[in-house]
Amino acid sequence: MSMGMSKIVKTVSSVVFPFIVIYGLYIIAHGHLTPGGGFQGGAVVASGCAMLLVAHGSIWTIGKIREKQLSILESTGAVAFILLALLGLVFGTVFFKNFLVGNKFLFGEIPGYLSRVANFNTGGVLPLMNFAVGLKVIAGLFAIVLVMAYATSTFKKGEMEDGKR
Amino acid sequence: MVENLLIDIVHAVVPILVVITSVVAIYLKDLLAATIAVAAMSLLLSLEFYILQAPDVAIAEAGVGACLTTAILIIAIRATRRMEEV
Repeated sequence: MSMGMSKIVKTVSSVVFPFIVIYGLYIIAHGHLTPGGGFQGGAVVASGCAMLLVAHGSIWTIGKIREKQLSILESTGAVAFILLALLGLVFGTVFFKNFLVGNKFLFGEIPGYLSRVANFNTGGVLPLMNFAVGLKVIAGLFAIVLVMAYATSTFKKGEMEDGKR
Repeated sequence: MVENLLIDIVHAVVPILVVITSVVAIYLKDLLAATIAVAAMSLLLSLEFYILQAPDVAIAEAGVGACLTTAILIIAIRATRRMEEV
C-alpha cells in the first residue's frame, strides 16, 4: 500500500480533503465561541491529512512534505504559544495576561450580554493561542502517522518476503 | 415526553453496545477486524459523550480515537502479521 490505492479512492479523497480541512479550521477559529478549540480542530485536520496519506501512499506524501518541516511547524506553534503568554507579561501585569481585550482592531471587542457566533471579534488573545495550539497539534499528529507509514513501507520491502501475512 | 423516553433508551443502549464491541475486540483473532471493532467502540463512545452534553470531548474522541488510532494500528498490522498467534 506504499504505492497508494486505486484511482477511485485517490479522486474521492482528493475531493473530500478540502472540506475536512475547512471544517477543522472552522473549529479552531471559533474555539472561543463554540465547542472545540485548538486540539479538537487540529485532530480533525490531521485526520484529513492521514486520509490523504493512506489514499496516495507514503512515498508520494514524503515527496510533498518532510517530517523535518513538520517538526519545524510544531516547534513554531509551541514558541508562538509561549511568546503570546510572555507578551502578557510585557504589556500587562502577569503571565497569560489577556492584553488584547479592549482594543478595536484584533479580537478586542467586549460582547454585551451573551457570546454568540456573531461575536467573532472577541476573546482577546485566546483565538491566537487557539491558532498556535492548532498548528502544533496538526503538525505533531500528522508527523507521527507519516513517520510510521514511511518507516514500515521501507521495512516491508526487505523483511517480509515469506508471504506469511 | 416522547423525546425524554427516546433519550433514556439511547442512554441505555449505547453503553451496552460499547461494552459489546470492546469484548468482541478482545476475543477476535483477526487483528484487522479487532481494529475495526475498536474504531466502532470509539465512535459509539463519542456518540455517548455527545448525548451527555460534552461536545468538546466528543470531537476529540471522534478525531483521535476513531481515525488516527485506527490508521496507526492498521499501519502497524501491515508491517507485521495479521493473525494473532495462539
